[in-house]
Amino acid sequence: MSAPKIIVVGGGLAGLMATIRVAEANVPVDLFSIVPVKRSHSVCAQGGINAAKNLKGEGDSTFKHFDDTIYGGDFLANQPLVKSMCEAAPSIIDLLDRMGVMFNRTPEGLLDFRRFGGTLYHRTAFAGATTGQQLLYALDEQVRRHESEGRVKKYEGWTFLSAVLDDGGVCRGICAMDLKTMEIKTFPCDAAIFCTGGIGSIFGRSTNSVVCTGSAQSALFQQGAYYANGEFIQVHPTAIPGEDKNRLMSESARGEGGRVWVPKTPQDPRPPRTIPENERFYFLEEWYPKYGNLVPRDVATRAIHKIVYEMKMGLAGDPAVYLDVTHIPRETLERKLEGILEIYQKFVGVDPHVEPMKVFPAMHYTMGGLWVDNENQATNLPGVFAAGECEYQYHGANRLGANSLVSCIFGGGIAGPAAVRYAKGLESRYENTSAAVYERERVRQQDISDTLLNAHTGTENPMTIWRELGDVMTENVTVIRYNANLQKTLVKLDELSDRFTRVNVQDRTQWSNQSLNFVRELGNMLVLAKVITMGALARNETRGAHYKPEFPNRDDANWLKTTIARYNGGDIQLAYEAVDISQLPLRERKYTAAK
Amino acid sequence: MADKTFIVKIKRQQRPDEAVRWEEFELRWRPHMNVIICLRDIAERPFTREGKESSAVSYEANCLEEVCGACAMVINGKPRQACTALVDDLEKPIRLEPLTKFPLIRDLQVDRSKMFDDLKRTKCWIPIDGTYDIGPGPRMAPEKQEEAYPLSRCITCGNCLEICPKVNADDQFVGAAIVSQVRLFNMHPTGAMHSAARLDALMGPGGIEDCDNAQNCVKICPKGIPLTESLASVNGQVLRHAIKSFFTAPKTIGSAAPEG
Ligand SMILES: Cc1cc2nc3c(=O)[nH]c(=O)nc-3n(C[C@H](O)[C@H](O)[C@H](O)COP(=O)(O)OP(=O)(O)OC[C@H]3O[C@@H](n4cnc5c(N)ncnc54)[C@H](O)[C@@H]3O)c2cc1C
Ligand code: SF4
Ligand code: FES
Repeated sequence: MSAPKIIVVGGGLAGLMATIRVAEANVPVDLFSIVPVKRSHSVCAQGGINAAKNLKGEGDSTFKHFDDTIYGGDFLANQPLVKSMCEAAPSIIDLLDRMGVMFNRTPEGLLDFRRFGGTLYHRTAFAGATTGQQLLYALDEQVRRHESEGRVKKYEGWTFLSAVLDDGGVCRGICAMDLKTMEIKTFPCDAAIFCTGGIGSIFGRSTNSVVCTGSAQSALFQQGAYYANGEFIQVHPTAIPGEDKNRLMSESARGEGGRVWVPKTPQDPRPPRTIPENERFYFLEEWYPKYGNLVPRDVATRAIHKIVYEMKMGLAGDPAVYLDVTHIPRETLERKLEGILEIYQKFVGVDPHVEPMKVFPAMHYTMGGLWVDNENQATNLPGVFAAGECEYQYHGANRLGANSLVSCIFGGGIAGPAAVRYAKGLESRYENTSAAVYERERVRQQDISDTLLNAHTGTENPMTIWRELGDVMTENVTVIRYNANLQKTLVKLDELSDRFTRVNVQDRTQWSNQSLNFVRELGNMLVLAKVITMGALARNETRGAHYKPEFPNRDDANWLKTTIARYNGGDIQLAYEAVDISQLPLRERKYTAAK
Repeated sequence: MADKTFIVKIKRQQRPDEAVRWEEFELRWRPHMNVIICLRDIAERPFTREGKESSAVSYEANCLEEVCGACAMVINGKPRQACTALVDDLEKPIRLEPLTKFPLIRDLQVDRSKMFDDLKRTKCWIPIDGTYDIGPGPRMAPEKQEEAYPLSRCITCGNCLEICPKVNADDQFVGAAIVSQVRLFNMHPTGAMHSAARLDALMGPGGIEDCDNAQNCVKICPKGIPLTESLASVNGQVLRHAIKSFFTAPKTIGSAAPEG
């Protein structure tokens, strides 16, 4: 038989790593991405990547990294693969180092490490405050090399619409749309790996990039892929609120000594610099003496909410708190944090070297995602694999800072060879799949576009629907969740879905029609929003990022289980699966003292 | 009080082969607006100032924090990133045009694949043996990292090509961004082993010799990359490389390469 054919959808860290591994096995790979892969969302990652290299004489170990990750995730992650990831992390750093990533160095010329949230160790390697950019570029360069040697073919400026499934439900290719010509085409393959990233857009404003809509995941879900733990959404404690996006101020600011505070006198009108030390309330340090400013994100976020909404101690005129790095020597800031301080300066117009930054929590990351098995990154659809933020495997109920980049590279590194093995083991390859299977899917997708373009009578503006979606999800399905509000959200989502049937695309051209693409994505966002909200409504406990004041405790007896959403002819059903806790015993998660 | 408004003028072209038209939109001012928010406002209410129904403007954007490079366009005559272009800092009416040195796709959207192709041509990567676990990379002095790191922050936005007088229909100078990337890879201990191939790619038409030293690039670069330093450094490398290859070029059949 000829060589199998692999498709990778998504060229962030996970997708690029998967691509490299497939190419290395000498199997041809087609790489699809909406944006040129070098502009993928992974460039936004700021703070760093975790690996217990123990180069600071602290007695750190990969086991402690594993323990921190499981504990930080409130014991919801299946443990075996997380353990393997933590064990592999040091060699992943070595690999990136060999690829030329300009990590910060110690005087001895070794890699430097900083502290991040949810750990007491210096475990985070970093390249200034633009680590994700540097890592993505390194992988992008390796893929470009494979591309120039003919093993990779890139389809940049294409969006994935759906998988091509044969009559047995086996994936035989994908259906995609050229965003320039709007042409819809199918591409055959023996296995497809999805690395389509986050879903921030469902919440309107988040720290994510524009293309993080979760549209691809949702499309696969509607074709029968399971979606797991959708309700676990990470809200990052420190971002600059903005109308187009909330810009992250990385945890690394606190890792390098940044402190969070509010004036002790509520609404104190004095400029922050003139408020004396003893009139400042460093609430994280006071409430969590052991971890201080570096408690995990869900803990810090809830603390800020409590300060602002319950204790009414937010800053005068703004629902915000101070993130202060002004006491850190300028030289350190320039060497280690310049990338993010520049963002603050450029967007707020205030110099964070001399003035504390005003920050507030913002939707940041989804722990939930496509369900994958705990060995091969394989979804339940034969031939469909997933890696990176779009799948659910590694972070349980809350992700620790700097653990995503490592999980993307680790997961992508597994998915590539696993897809090759699967493809090579197939009894019948895509060549034997009838042309009708491809044509059927192409026509189905073409019809969706045609219907949207021909619906001249539509009255609903897609941007308006999107704004309302973001508002209701942010208000009710982020930091604090009440069942009554979740129920109201489901009603609102039904209303929006109904209005969506009358959406007006406005632009009816067949050339770079960004409105048409956005409307198609919006339809998928509405479905995923429902999965997230239903999962949150059902889960009557508090665990990690999922906080319900009506059910304030973790309830292992009833809820130590993975939520699995399935799509059934338009209906969404929830089922549950046991969590693999074979490696570490359950413990209560509390950060007021050392673990 | 009536809402404060301002005008945005946009150069529009539905397809590369269609006529150019300018449209004006009147937008409601809010604090902290950037050009991206203006374009989103238009998408939500696509009516021109005269009340004529129009359509959403095509443009590229992704990160919205000036790290992906997507949103470059010409704003009030100057090439820059739209996401960091704050409305309050811009002269009104705000004029938006696409970059001119790249093929137009639609409205403010252009095709910058030339830059990615040039990165390929100049072999801007570290040729590692494979992704197997074979231990750490080379050690590096912190000073060296501090010199290289700023170069690695190039977002491939193309603003430096847009502003360069030597990038035009007649002169196809590869541009400061690519030259600076070559410098970066030639600096890395492993990358340096393969610097000859990169320098070869920068010789001849479109190569480093085409640079006229106008120094516009370094002023326009949103990431403050020391481009003139990179141009000077690579120019020196290419000269040395040219001399060296002149004297050491292997004798190939039929060639008249001089002995060294
Ligand atoms: C501001 C910010 C800072 C962060 N900092 C850190 C950090 O310091 N450390 C850390 O560990 N994590 C960090 N994270 C999280 C981390 O950056 C992401 O989780 C990670 O980069 C996701 O990578 P990915 O490969 O899964 O997807 P992405 O990088 O998002 O890539 C997704 C890819 O899929 C493509 N795609 C999407 N949909 C489609 C479609 N329908 N068709 C075709 N292609 C499609 C896109 O074009 C893109 O190429 C941060 C996140 C944010 C938002
Ligand atoms: S060198 Fe600067 S201006 Fe040129 S592409 Fe890179 S970031 Fe943009
Ligand atoms: S959107 Fe990424 S640079 Fe502006």
